[in-house]
Amino acid sequence: MEIVKNVVCPFCGMLCDDIICKVEGDEIVGTLNACRIGHSKFVHAEGAERYKKPLIRKNGELVEVTMEEAIDKAATVLAESKRPLMYGWSCTDCDAQAVGVELAEEAKAIIDNTASVCHGPSVLALQDVGYPICTFGEVKNRADVVVYWGCNPMHAHPRNLSRLVFSRGFFRERGLADRTVIVVDPRKSDSSKLADIHLQLDYDKDYELLDAMRAVLLGNEILYDEVAGIPKETIYEAVDVLKNAKFGVLFFGMGITHSRGKHRNIDTAICLVTDLNDSAKFTLIPMRGHYNVTGFNQVCTWESGYPFCVDFATGSARYNPGETGSNDLLQNKETDGMMVVASDPGAHFPQKALERMAEIPVISIEPHRTPTTEMADIIIPPAIVGMEAEGTAYRMEGVPIRMRKVVDIGLLSDKEILERILTRVKEINASK
Amino acid sequence: MSEIILKPKEQPLVPIEANNVTPDVFAGKTLEEIKNLGIWHGNRQDRLSKFFDIEGESSENPSEIKIIIDGSVPKTKWIGKAMTAGEILVKGDVNMYVGADMKGGKILVEGNAASWPGQDMQGGELTIMGNAGDYVGSAYRGDWRGMSGGLITVHGNVGNEIAEYMLGGKMVIKGNVSIMPGVHMNGGLLIIEGNVVARVGGEMKGGTIVVKGIIDEFLAGFKYLGIERDLNLEGEIIEGAYHKFKGDLATKGASGIVYAAVAGNSHIAPY
Repeated sequence: MEIVKNVVCPFCGMLCDDIICKVEGDEIVGTLNACRIGHSKFVHAEGAERYKKPLIRKNGELVEVTMEEAIDKAATVLAESKRPLMYGWSCTDCDAQAVGVELAEEAKAIIDNTASVCHGPSVLALQDVGYPICTFGEVKNRADVVVYWGCNPMHAHPRNLSRLVFSRGFFRERGLADRTVIVVDPRKSDSSKLADIHLQLDYDKDYELLDAMRAVLLGNEILYDEVAGIPKETIYEAVDVLKNAKFGVLFFGMGITHSRGKHRNIDTAICLVTDLNDSAKFTLIPMRGHYNVTGFNQVCTWESGYPFCVDFATGSARYNPGETGSNDLLQNKETDGMMVVASDPGAHFPQKALERMAEIPVISIEPHRTPTTEMADIIIPPAIVGMEAEGTAYRMEGVPIRMRKVVDIGLLSDKEILERILTRVKEINASK
Repeated sequence: MSEIILKPKEQPLVPIEANNVTPDVFAGKTLEEIKNLGIWHGNRQDRLSKFFDIEGESSENPSEIKIIIDGSVPKTKWIGKAMTAGEILVKGDVNMYVGADMKGGKILVEGNAASWPGQDMQGGELTIMGNAGDYVGSAYRGDWRGMSGGLITVHGNVGNEIAEYMLGGKMVIKGNVSIMPGVHMNGGLLIIEGNVVARVGGEMKGGTIVVKGIIDEFLAGFKYLGIERDLNLEGEIIEGAYHKFKGDLATKGASGIVYAAVAGNSHIAPY
């Protein structure tokens, strides 16, 4: 058995870079330091079914084909669609994403990533009101007030607390004892059990609570004795803790990005953080899910000017989530051909979107059997980045980290597959 | 007034973008030239005549032109984009962005409109007889300057975030509104005759919102200024008694005003 050290975990936006993998032949058989979710990804737990050969659906059955045939069929779907959609991108590396954006431009497609059903609202909000962000190192070494709003890191980002909050930092020598933890969540969770203050607000009232907190912060009276189920006095106390922070950080997750109002919740939360800097030092970090969802937004922005939902139909980039988001295009039946890369909308999109996916040709570049591949017409299996291929990913707060190749299984990477499809689409377009 | 009638053929599932369908573009063109105008259908261009049977007569002057879309066009976007004069009548539904960037003239939609009608509108009149989607008279994504002039009237119900970042002009909604009308509003007048679910004027810094119906939930960041009768707004008298609020005081230097009819809104007044 071989031991590989300093492996970066390709699961969540924490991008833990201290994983030790136990390797036998071309398989990872065990890990050290990884959380249970990361470990499961490394060792393919829970009976995952892996594809190793390209497949095309013929008469309803998936049939093994050559890579050339699969690439040609995929390129033809993209080139012939009037409004092709290229969705996913968050579980692959930045180089593959860059080829993806070039392919979208060549195919005059719409490119969108999983942010559109995740932290897309955060992206919209930061375009409106800015982004006072910091890195993990600053949280670990400086933060004395840590707020988790609408997220449950004990379950969704299991090492967030151990790496940043329990751990001792340069200015926080006693770790957790030197920090005040505030959890804002309508439910009691394993994270809220650790909180010094748990603001157990009513469902869908994040904006109302934030509006009251901002008004209080600016020295105003608020209209009501209770807002979002939280008594006025508690709101005053919480604001007092926030504005006296030496270094505060707001972590926020799906519980606020997808409760009522979506991006406007984040908009007003960002403004709260901005206003807090009049008296405290305060920052924020979005709890990004997929390990390289942040990377796609970075790559897409530097390639096209927009972070996601980019429409190349007319040759120049256009952007309007609500029109050019994957769910908008599918549910309005606008798209007529779809390519899914490194994600699983089949498991996560609403039924109305899936109904459209079932009607149109779907290409899936995907290592495992998933609900998406069940409705795919073309399946091309890649090597998994971070385990079987190397590449760069962005951590949730925007720090790029190089991911290692641990084992070699002889499959093409996402980037190589996309480059071949791009070459073929160019040939088809040239012959039009 | 010279009339040009566009009789829609079957609408495709992949939408078409009719930003060429304005009196400004039609002016000075022969019927043949109008039929051959380019139109985006997904990622390729077709002729306007592929989707519409076109007849009538154009004029040199856009203000002399009335375009009649003689049927429902639920898969057609951008009708009347940036028009400055003349008239457009749609005898049915439209898709997104009807009257976006409109600077003058009149658009009347007899059916429903999807989201973003009158986006970034600067002048003219846009009337929708049916319902409209979200973002009526809003800003472009990421812009902090929305509708700055003109009049939008919607006779039916509308969705979320109407009058977002509104700077000027007037909007009248006769039906009900979902959440966040007038979010980030900085100026102008928004009159809602129906009910509102929540968050009227969230983060507004200026402008005026009048709600004649019932506001289910109101934001705590506003200041109550008492009851005012028979409002005089932009030369128009709006009769009745209204609770008056100033805000949204969650934002620095806010001086927006929300009027909520006394009838039905005692639950949002603090005393």
